[in-house]
Amino acid sequence: MTHSYDLIVVGAGIIGAACADVASAEGLKVAIVESGAIGAGVTAAGMGHLVAVDGLPAELALARYSLGLWEDLRDLPGGEFSRCGTLWFARDEHELARIPDKLARLRAAGAVAEAVDAAQLRELEPALSPGLAGGVLVPDEAVVYPPVMARRLVERACRRRATLIHARAIALGEHAVTLDDGQRLLGNVLIATGGALQALLPELLIHLRKGHLLITERYPNMLHHQLVHMGYTDSAHGQSDSVACNVQPRPTGQLLVGSSREYGVSDSEISLPMLRRMLRCAFQFLPSLRQLKALRAWAGLRPASIDGLPYIGRVAQRRGIWVAAGHEGLGVTTAPGTARLLVDQLLARTPAIDARPYDPMRAAA
Amino acid sequence: MAERYDVLVIGSGPAGLTAAHAAARHGARVGLVDAQALPGGQVWRHDVRFSAPAFARRCMQATLEHIKIDWLPQTRVVGAEPGRLLVEDPRSARWLKYGALVLATGAREVLLPFPGWTLPGVTGAGGLQALAKQGWPLAGKRVVVAGSGPLLLAAAATARRHGARVLAVFEQADRAAMLRFTRGLWRWPARVMQAAVLRAQLAGVPYHFGSVVTAAQGEDALREIEVSGPRGQRRIACDQLAVGFGLAPNVELACMLGCQLEAEGAQQRVRVDARQHTSVPGVYAAGEVCGIGGRDSALIEGAIAGLAATGARTGIASLQRRRAQARAFARQLRETFAIDQRVRALAQPDTLVCRCEDVTLGALDAHVDARGAKLATRCGMGPCQGRICATALAELGRAAGIAARPPLFPARLETLALAPADGIAASLAT
Ligand SMILES: Cc1cc2nc3c(=O)[nH]c(=O)nc-3n(C[C@H](O)[C@H](O)[C@H](O)COP(=O)(O)OP(=O)(O)OC[C@H]3O[C@@H](n4cnc5c(N)ncnc54)[C@H](O)[C@@H]3O)c2cc1C
Ligand SMILES: Cc1cc2nc3c(=O)[nH]c(=O)nc-3n(C[C@H](O)[C@H](O)[C@H](O)COP(=O)(O)OP(=O)(O)OC[C@H]3O[C@@H](n4cnc5c(N)ncnc54)[C@H](O)[C@@H]3O)c2cc1C
Repeated sequence: MTHSYDLIVVGAGIIGAACADVASAEGLKVAIVESGAIGAGVTAAGMGHLVAVDGLPAELALARYSLGLWEDLRDLPGGEFSRCGTLWFARDEHELARIPDKLARLRAAGAVAEAVDAAQLRELEPALSPGLAGGVLVPDEAVVYPPVMARRLVERACRRRATLIHARAIALGEHAVTLDDGQRLLGNVLIATGGALQALLPELLIHLRKGHLLITERYPNMLHHQLVHMGYTDSAHGQSDSVACNVQPRPTGQLLVGSSREYGVSDSEISLPMLRRMLRCAFQFLPSLRQLKALRAWAGLRPASIDGLPYIGRVAQRRGIWVAAGHEGLGVTTAPGTARLLVDQLLARTPAIDARPYDPMRAAA
Repeated sequence: MAERYDVLVIGSGPAGLTAAHAAARHGARVGLVDAQALPGGQVWRHDVRFSAPAFARRCMQATLEHIKIDWLPQTRVVGAEPGRLLVEDPRSARWLKYGALVLATGAREVLLPFPGWTLPGVTGAGGLQALAKQGWPLAGKRVVVAGSGPLLLAAAATARRHGARVLAVFEQADRAAMLRFTRGLWRWPARVMQAAVLRAQLAGVPYHFGSVVTAAQGEDALREIEVSGPRGQRRIACDQLAVGFGLAPNVELACMLGCQLEAEGAQQRVRVDARQHTSVPGVYAAGEVCGIGGRDSALIEGAIAGLAATGARTGIASLQRRRAQARAFARQLRETFAIDQRVRALAQPDTLVCRCEDVTLGALDAHVDARGAKLATRCGMGPCQGRICATALAELGRAAGIAARPPLFPARLETLALAPADGIAASLAT
């Protein structure tokens, strides 16, 4: 049996879901192929913080573009969009000295961001340990519940006649994909399989970066903003195992405590030594976390490209094959922008931001 | 540094008590850990008004007073690394090292959802027993006990002893199954005695077969129940309803340690060999965690595991023969009290399945698999970590995984941050 579509999206994580949503809104005939449950891949393991990280210019550009697009998605039911803002905090004078540059980068990318001094920091978040030097408040940023957001996007695409197929894609052809149930689908194929990318596209290198998270019981009003240590960006872009303090108040009153980065591990078992490191790091800045009760901990594998930027666009040397994968620790944030960029390229439109930094060509070289 | 025991026993029910005692008698230094403040597990749970049977008292005393046994009450195992366990008590956290480990973590009740099961006044059968023993006021209360299995009689007897007016016991198994069962009872004379004692304690309380409580009703608390039996439907006004549909082994710790599990009906149990050895070297399991077998199997298996854990070669064979008999009885019980399809169909689309996160059965129906359902509805993500709803969903034929990651129970963050080299960490928590 064969069926043809304008776009066949393989993988219904947050990235594939966002792409299916945008493509179907453009009137394209879309199929979504997912072997598991929707949003149950690394999308279900993430923190769901929508944040502009300013380490790499192209990462910042995609995040800022996406944050604008998230404003149209915030009311999706069950997605728990909550605009708590991001509060970056600096430990000492050394970290404080980096703030003017950070502010300048964020503002140049269109973000509202303001410097806060030590006293304001304590006022904003009394639970932070005394003696921190200051920080940056980005008030418009938010958190979401990613697996439900992914599901809502797929449901919306299906209401626009997209077809959801529960199967595994096992082989690619020219404008074609073969599924494990024997079906062959014809049309442009978008590979959005996250960490499993190389099973279908071996030429595009993916590294898995394991990350741990822990969620507490309910402690309403203990924290008000997503708190991120200024050192987080170093951890995110570093090349060795690291932890950084990254704590989020959920709309339920629970706290989500992160995060760690490990290389060369491909299981998502809990590593108690890594969990310890991550918690001790968080205690330095939030001593009152010690007595709270942890409900559960888990780990997920961030799909990282060769250079920290996702692969978005046409795959060289293949006909009718596209990719949107490799979003590492920022794929929830950058899903809507990724989807727009991809669909604009598919429809031969000029994208709103420069698409070249994400061109998968760079990895195949 | 972490404390070290030759044999570390988790759980102080009958299985854990005999395991600890057997290992200590064989010369091992033993640590006996239980989440509860007092030993005894489920069957010998401490009763504020009535003392435990003489045999139980002797068994607990012999173990707790043994010079080679450290009793570690109110202590929960929350994490594991090879050769050691991370435990937490109300005041501190520590790592316990072991040479051999005996898992005697017992079982919990299967609470099957039906309309009204979350109303105040409705509990599990074992739950009612536990409340009674804690001194919860039952005097003069109209109590109905329903569900399946011998636990109903035990629960009814406990409630009555604590002054409740037990109106009736409703057993879902039909009379024919019960008759077949009682005809075979002569093979277990001790059981005939036990049953006779229970029946005597319940003299005058009607025991109905083939009867199921289909709904519990009331505004803010239970007022009335609906019962469907061989002679049709009826309604009964009552203050308290206790419903028990059997037990499910507590396999989470075993699973976290990597022990192989096997199916027991819709639930899972730990797979052990003739010496109670699990698939993980140095890790033994005994009692209900190896399959629901009741007190006698637990006592015998605990003794085998305790001996085997110390490397003993003698004394095990005779215990093994007694175990076979006790397990055979348990199999009979399982067949007799197998849950009827009717019971599985009681929950309606608007019946809550996950009471921690307020998820209805209908909300789960929209999902093709358990993982998708959990992510979308949060079913099983609450404080009980799915112990109640996942157990029930498995019984309803909807596969639900076992959560076996640290923390096994909600634990303080500082506990999880404790390294094996840190020694004991006193908590600042008040
Ligand atoms: C600890 C941690 C914290 C994080 N925190 C954040 C955060 O705060 N903010 C943020 O923006 N991002 C965060 N992330 C990153 C974010 O979760 C990921 O970047 C994002 O979820 C990637 O989505 P994806 O759709 O590419 O991958 P996935 O969600 O893994 O989706 C891929 C899908 O493809 C399916 N699939 C794979 N192969 C096949 C096949 N052959 N056929 C059919 N289907 C297939 C899979 O089943 C899966 O559902 C975090 C990640 C981790 C691990
Ligand atoms: C609610 C209930 C009521 C029961 N009432 C009766 C009755 O009246 N009569 C009867 O004959 N049988 C009763 N039973 C059946 C009972 O399971 C067995 O008779 C017997 O108690 C089994 O002994 P055991 O040692 O295997 O487990 P249990 O007696 O269940 O003991 C297990 C112990 O392990 C501890 N534990 C478990 N996990 C951990 C952990 N991670 N860390 C620390 N401690 C842990 C628990 O606190 C518990 O004390 C009842 C069962 C239940 C569930």
